[in-house]
Amino acid sequence: MNTTIMLFLVQDGITNGAIYALLGLALVLVFAVTRVILIPQGEFVTYGALTYASLAAGQMPGTAKLALALGIGAFGFDLFVARRALHGRLILRSLVTNVVLPAVVLALTVYFAAQKPPVAVAIVLSLVIVAMIGLYLYRIAFQPLAHTSVLVLLIASVGVHLALQGLGLLFFGAEGQRGPAVLAGSFTAGALRFTGQSLTVYGITIAFIVGLWLFFGLTLYGKALRATAVNRLGARLAGIRTTLSGQIAFLLASVIGALSGILIVPITTLYYDSGFLIGLKGFVAAIIGGLVSYPLTAVAALVVGIVEAFSSFYASNYKEVIVFMLLIPVLLLRSLAAPAVEEEKD
Amino acid sequence: MSALLSVTDAHVAYGKVEAVRSVSLEVGANEIVTIVGANGAGKTTLLSAVMGILPLKGRVTFAGEDLARLDIEDRVAMGLGLVPEHRELFVTMNVEDNLELGAFRIERSRAKSSIERVYALFPRLKERRKQLAGTLSGGEQQMLAMGRALMGEPKLLMLDEPSLGLAPIIVADIFRIVTELRTAGVSVLLVEQNAQAALKIADQAYVMELGEFVLSGKASDIAANERVAASYLGFQHEGESVL
Repeated sequence: MNTTIMLFLVQDGITNGAIYALLGLALVLVFAVTRVILIPQGEFVTYGALTYASLAAGQMPGTAKLALALGIGAFGFDLFVARRALHGRLILRSLVTNVVLPAVVLALTVYFAAQKPPVAVAIVLSLVIVAMIGLYLYRIAFQPLAHTSVLVLLIASVGVHLALQGLGLLFFGAEGQRGPAVLAGSFTAGALRFTGQSLTVYGITIAFIVGLWLFFGLTLYGKALRATAVNRLGARLAGIRTTLSGQIAFLLASVIGALSGILIVPITTLYYDSGFLIGLKGFVAAIIGGLVSYPLTAVAALVVGIVEAFSSFYASNYKEVIVFMLLIPVLLLRSLAAPAVEEEKD
Repeated sequence: MSALLSVTDAHVAYGKVEAVRSVSLEVGANEIVTIVGANGAGKTTLLSAVMGILPLKGRVTFAGEDLARLDIEDRVAMGLGLVPEHRELFVTMNVEDNLELGAFRIERSRAKSSIERVYALFPRLKERRKQLAGTLSGGEQQMLAMGRALMGEPKLLMLDEPSLGLAPIIVADIFRIVTELRTAGVSVLLVEQNAQAALKIADQAYVMELGEFVLSGKASDIAANERVAASYLGFQHEGESVL
């Protein structure tokens, strides 16, 4: 093996690993705050990617309509819960965030889709659409189950994943799509060629990680999210609503998922069901991080990316197998470190 | 004068087992009320239910409002605070962050002055403000739990076994601070196994046995009651602790 190939594979691995890192961080965040293992994370990736690609190609993405439908559903849930004590201001707020907002976004999407919007507009619209879907899904599928066990939440999560994947087929068809590069052009440094797209991936990943670090370390809402993750009852006694923390966590996860999708879709052709495998690789990283450690998850994601790049070069048929096999030694080590299975307390 | 907290005919059950039966109590403004009783009498259960952690059958009003439809967070926002027995701190966060989060529902500008008041009440917390809550001693954690609850500007603070497992000198400190809270206009509902210490500082007292109140009245009268003295204060000599 020569150095050029090795460098090339490492570079490729880091680009993919950066994406897995973002997804892994989102998984850890959602699990820590809401105890939901977010299987539909991969669908946020495909929805983001394919919404972006559709918009860039001048097609109307079905996700914008889904957002409105889910928003109306979420508003219905809010109304039902508040039925005994109808509170004007709360209902107005729910109406604006759950119905008016997605309706306005839908109108904008229809308007822009007809005239092939510039890349920046397509990105913003895609992010907003998927963010709303994430937020409303939490309201409809997870918030009513917030008090149940991790297993029930996991089953709901699998259900949401299957539903979103089916809807993805309906919206985008079975054909794969590619989107335009976020940043065109490239330059060469020694033997390595850096494309604008891969630089964007590095830049955005680093910016997001730093941003999240600042958010959790310095802002009151970031600290409230951490507090909910550390001690749910303690957080409630401090007046922090677990539903608020859950909403913020899902909002961040769906934005991160959609952003990852938008970053990948210029490099790889994505299909309606591609997100699941991509999300699973983020999940491998999150598991290596024990579903709690952010830095370990980020490092593990880079390892996953590099292992994937090398195995697709040497044994491309087995590349997924090799990546997922990474889990076995980690789980073995973890089971040796903590032999007793702890019963869930809350 | 109407009571700040009023509980009427409350029942709390874990499944079919009733842990609290037909309990009524009142806490007035600027008052320390204590509930004493043996381990397992239902004291913690009652506090949890008043806070909204457990479902309660019966009527609870706070500052004149019925709490039935309000969840924990709403009760906190109304000025009801609970320092639970297990303290429920954010152990991986530092003292200052724990306190800051206690004022989550309070305006930022007011929270700044609240934190200074809490530090004045518990100077030890100021010394440890950058230390992780999980690394504090038991007494310091109790102070932090009380400080965090006070950051929410409660009108009534419910304390569940604040002296449990703490050294006598720290217990004395905590009881002194409870009386200072009354002076500062915060009512306190104090649940204690350390009946002697609790009755000394309380205005009103209730004695709980097997889920029911068996005695109630002025704390000084309860302390003088022979049956209470025999069951809860022990036959100890003066100055000796019950625990």
